[in-house]
Amino acid sequence: MPASVTPSLTVRVLLFASYAEALGFETAELTVPSPATLSTVMERLRALPGGDQLPPKPLCARNLAHVTADEPVAAGDEIAVLPPLAGG
Amino acid sequence: MGFVTAGPIELAPLIAAVQASDRGGVASFLGLVRDHHEGRTVLQLDYSAYGPMAEAECGRIVAEAEERWRVRVALRHRVGTLAVGDAAVAVAAASAHREEAFAACRYVIEEVKRRVPIWKREYYADGTVVWVDPTAKLQRA
Repeated sequence: MPASVTPSLTVRVLLFASYAEALGFETAELTVPSPATLSTVMERLRALPGGDQLPPKPLCARNLAHVTADEPVAAGDEIAVLPPLAGG
Repeated sequence: MGFVTAGPIELAPLIAAVQASDRGGVASFLGLVRDHHEGRTVLQLDYSAYGPMAEAECGRIVAEAEERWRVRVALRHRVGTLAVGDAAVAVAAASAHREEAFAACRYVIEEVKRRVPIWKREYYADGTVVWVDPTAKLQRA
């Protein structure tokens, strides 16, 4: 790989409920510079139209399990951004 | 059968699934759709879920309870459109004695509310529709 090319990775992002309505989509492929954490993905999301309605550190899941903002992400991960839970 | 279902929920089959001759106590919880929310009249609501994670998280919660106490636990959460009075969630926990059954049942419903990715949209009599945010009340306080 030429030194001028910045390594990157692509993750699948899922939005739900009020967050899906705010950004106008439920799924997207996002490419971010590698290495990346969940915070990197959130910065990209918050820069999209409607993204300012997401909190800086929303509840998130990586590959079906809750994680925190400093969680590293890998290519192909499924990252879900979860509005306040209201089950039960 | 999964933990999350679009069909009606009944407690009796869950109790039947966990009871056994060596388990003398069954504690259960049934969560129903309430007719009011913060002073407004609720007509109906929609529950939606991040299905695969909701299943995984419910499985982890049940496993944790069965690890922590000597219990067998059954759990269901409904999704889709529900009317006032419909059952939204049901838990049954069976153990040799009541203390562990009560403790496990309480643990499971509290963890479901805290961790399972399910959302609720309420339809009010005044025509408004709102995604319910249980954390908003804490933030306003």
